[in-house]
Amino acid sequence: MLEELERNLRAVRARAYVRVVGTFRELSWVAFEIAMPLLSVGAYVFLYRALGAPERYIGYVLLGGAMTAYWLNVLWSMASQFYWEKQSGQLEIFFITPVSRMSILAGMAAGGMFMSTARALGTLVLGSWLFGVQYRMEGIWAGLGIFLLTLAALYGLGMVGASLFMMYGREAWHTANLLQEPIYLLSGFYFPVRALPRWLAAAAGIIPITLGLDAIRQVVFPGAVDGLLDPGLEAALLAVSCAAYFVLAHAALRKLEDLAKREGRLTLRWQ
Amino acid sequence: MAVRMRLRAFRLAAWLGWQMESNWTDPWLFAVYSIIKPVSSALILVVMYYVVTGGQTQGDLFAGLYVGNAFFMYVGQLMFGMSWVVMEDREFFRTFKYMYLAAPSIYWYLTGRAVAKFLVTSLAVAVVLGFGTAFLDLPLALGAVRWGYLAAVLALGILACVAFGLLMAGIMVISARHGQGYAESFAGVLYLLCGVVFPLDVLPAPLQPVGRAIPFTYWIEGVRRALMGRGMSPSLAGVDDGAILAILLLSSLATLAVAVLFYAWMERIARDRGLIDQVTEH
Repeated sequence: MLEELERNLRAVRARAYVRVVGTFRELSWVAFEIAMPLLSVGAYVFLYRALGAPERYIGYVLLGGAMTAYWLNVLWSMASQFYWEKQSGQLEIFFITPVSRMSILAGMAAGGMFMSTARALGTLVLGSWLFGVQYRMEGIWAGLGIFLLTLAALYGLGMVGASLFMMYGREAWHTANLLQEPIYLLSGFYFPVRALPRWLAAAAGIIPITLGLDAIRQVVFPGAVDGLLDPGLEAALLAVSCAAYFVLAHAALRKLEDLAKREGRLTLRWQ
Repeated sequence: MAVRMRLRAFRLAAWLGWQMESNWTDPWLFAVYSIIKPVSSALILVVMYYVVTGGQTQGDLFAGLYVGNAFFMYVGQLMFGMSWVVMEDREFFRTFKYMYLAAPSIYWYLTGRAVAKFLVTSLAVAVVLGFGTAFLDLPLALGAVRWGYLAAVLALGILACVAFGLLMAGIMVISARHGQGYAESFAGVLYLLCGVVFPLDVLPAPLQPVGRAIPFTYWIEGVRRALMGRGMSPSLAGVDDGAILAILLLSSLATLAVAVLFYAWMERIARDRGLIDQVTEH
């Protein structure tokens, strides 16, 4: 039992290691993943300024811009990762390794969080400095707690996505592509999600970032009275969805792996 | 003969690009997929505008940003379309080296592969503009559009998109696989600097000359003038339509020349380091 646990933990570390090391080997990401995304978020900042929006909206945009790093990572480096691994011929190697698939996914998530945090922090710290964003310091710890819950739930959702995408061919790429802008819209990355029709905002709560962003904004920005739900309730919902996504990911992975084997899709490439 | 071969490479690359872009699903789903993304992108701006103005969409600023955002889709899509080919062919299909062996000119091959993106984006732009006119009081009337000016501006803007796509492709040639977001990031910078969704004058003073040096600033301004009869940036108000066209022509050609040289330089580095057929993982 202990030996198995240790083996799985080593698999988590090994899968995460590739991403952590990779982060420092390709230094072009500093320009393309930190500086440039910050500038593109700047376009929305200047739009709000041109419209004369309340100052807290600048903070909303910045926080939303930082969270895009995690959403993109979940889409492209979690959900569609097994598709990439299939294309490069590594999926079968993962599957013959004597560890749980969940450990491999957990390693991908840990490494992905590391990569994305570098980008998100860059956007947030530099952006706050450049645009003079004000925070409610007494809400920072609560915001950090909600942020961690959001990440856990989000990467749980990514694990569910990975098991579903394992079955896909090129649809995986297009599906991930399709889930960018529509989710930015539905989850209120750049505006308070309460601006959407109530039923739509509630439905978007299935994406953990919707609730997470809304709750964090309410606790860290002064004068943020435009939340969808009470931040405590949103945190509780995030905790529930976190557990639900992990259970669902475990079940989906077993079910879809079995299906993929029966249909001969695990090693099917370039279709 | 050489020209015919290049045009043939362009045509076949366009056909290949279209197949790869569209044949992963049925035409209905493909059409829906092609429309949802751009409409969502436009709606983000609409909601941002609504939240602050309390539901007004009649102002000049709204029309200017909506049209600018719609046409800017070409920039992101063509830049991504041309540059991602390098990654896709090299890392996933492992065919990039064969393109060097087979295609008479890699430039024509890369440009041809972007044709599918151009077609899909054209559909998306039409849908976004139609949506704006039908539901958001966007002041567009087909009879009032200056079609000749629009065609000239559009053609030059597409040339600039191809030039920037080639620049990004050059970066991809020497980058590892996670360069997927590079084109998007770069497009985001252009989105800021070219005053796509706000007047150029709103930018901090040191950034305004940078914006004025990029062809897309004039492209978007020209498109607004052709479609709505007026631009959005007070700082460009004194530049007449002919001058906008002339600046756009010169800056697009200059960017293309730089892009060709830059790609050739990156390609030489890639050959030196053996990167043309590299496969990277993470």
